[in-house]
Amino acid sequence: MGVADYAFYAFAIVVVASGFLVVVSRNPVHSVLWLILAFISSAGLFILLGAEFLAMIMLIVYVGAVAVLFLFVVMMLDVDFARLRAEMARYVPLAALIGVVILMQLALAFGAWVTADEAMALRQAETPDPAEVHNTKALGLLLYDRYIYAFQASGLILLVAMIGAIVLTLRQREGVKRQDVLAQMYRDPAKAMELKDVKPGQGLR
Amino acid sequence: MTEFLATGFGTFVIIVVQSLMVIAFVMIALLFLVYADRKVWAAVQMRRGPNVVGPFGLLQSVADALKYVVKEVVVPAGVDRPVYFLAPLVSFVLAIVAWSVIPFNERWVLSDINVAILFVFAVSSLEVYGVIMGGWASNSKYAFLGSLRSAAQMISYEVSLGLIIIGVIISTGSLNFGQIVAAQDGAWGIFSWYWLPHLPMVVLFFISTLAETNRPPFDLPEAESELVAGFMVEYSSTPYLLYMAGEYIAIFLMCALISLLFFGGWLSPIPGLPDGAFWLVAKMAVFFFLFAMVKAITPRYRYDQLMRLGWKVFLPMSLGWVVLVAFFAKFELFGGAYARWAIGG
Repeated sequence: MGVADYAFYAFAIVVVASGFLVVVSRNPVHSVLWLILAFISSAGLFILLGAEFLAMIMLIVYVGAVAVLFLFVVMMLDVDFARLRAEMARYVPLAALIGVVILMQLALAFGAWVTADEAMALRQAETPDPAEVHNTKALGLLLYDRYIYAFQASGLILLVAMIGAIVLTLRQREGVKRQDVLAQMYRDPAKAMELKDVKPGQGLR
Repeated sequence: MTEFLATGFGTFVIIVVQSLMVIAFVMIALLFLVYADRKVWAAVQMRRGPNVVGPFGLLQSVADALKYVVKEVVVPAGVDRPVYFLAPLVSFVLAIVAWSVIPFNERWVLSDINVAILFVFAVSSLEVYGVIMGGWASNSKYAFLGSLRSAAQMISYEVSLGLIIIGVIISTGSLNFGQIVAAQDGAWGIFSWYWLPHLPMVVLFFISTLAETNRPPFDLPEAESELVAGFMVEYSSTPYLLYMAGEYIAIFLMCALISLLFFGGWLSPIPGLPDGAFWLVAKMAVFFFLFAMVKAITPRYRYDQLMRLGWKVFLPMSLGWVVLVAFFAKFELFGGAYARWAIGG
């Protein structure tokens, strides 16, 4: 076995083990930390496959942003885990049944899966030759050149989803004092205060 | 000897020795950076600064490090022990790991990978975990609040850092540091570097790195007056030393990044003088001096101001700049200053 094989088994074992620990950890924050370890090791697997760009994006997007949000939410939730566990015990048989049904369906679908002989050749014709261009450039060529319309369309769908989420949660409340930074910066003593000469014994009116 | 180095074990030995050299450079630099930092603040505030240990106090950091190591580790009750001790390690190790792709001279780099800049970016986005884990595991409200602040801050400024880097990548056509520096090599020395075409972004990048590394004026995670010392409040002795060392190494890494991306890395500023690692180290030292000066002169930002600056000012500006650079590069405007693919790759 070469170094790459050892590395593959190390990463693969870590992915599976940490995936298992995500499920069985008692503390939800530990679960998220194990999940992060699983992400990092799968990034290692991507590197072994020669997909270094994907590996880095995996680290930046999933570990650097998505998992941080998970961690935020889980840390700040105040959940009664003893009760949750009791609830879970009630639903385990149903969940197991659904799981088995889905597994059977997948097995049926992929058991009868036949690939046409020309399929691989067709797919390879679409992608740039990995011997000529490196991973990042190949992805760029595919996404921004060949499949530019599909890529733009998916971007548009995400944008619509984002605007939808913002519209749904945006609440304009009346009578809330907001800070206007520009107005604050352009304020000067002449606009902000007024000097009054108070005569003795009269006070301000 | 040559045959031995060609074998698998020989390669392993070479890699280990090279890694140790990089780590030694970083650690020695760290000792003197902390000293330089304190001397600069002292000079700004008209104090003497450390001047007792060694000549001019040069060995002060060594003495401090020793003191940290021999002190007792105080672990508060109710902490999550594995996570509590893992957090400073994560912060320190990740700060060092990023140095593995930083080139010091042409081909003087531990691992010359295609996606080097993304690697640095990915590792620095992982650094947020050292902070969050430490704050959560400490089982203290101050530490937890500090870590939440810090996480939000680091994620926000990573967005604009990434967009600024994209501008440089578009101009070079490569994610490799060697090629980014090679693309800045030109006939006019200092004026062919990227800082001139990307001038507005250099300023934004510098400020974003201040926020990313939790340096003043954006040191809100630590904000002594409100949060005592933020996520580090429950740490003492060696774990605290690891946090502090990790922070300084991350700052030094950012100095290296600015030098490589915008200031020509190891290229000499005057045409005719030889290029070399000396220039890169000199540039890093200059940027570290700027970091220290910023800490000495600026007052701390308020948290909402920091977030507003990140999301409402820096993000639109850097996003707009990416569009502009793409336009300039596509049509090779300004004498091709934004499109140096022929050299880079």
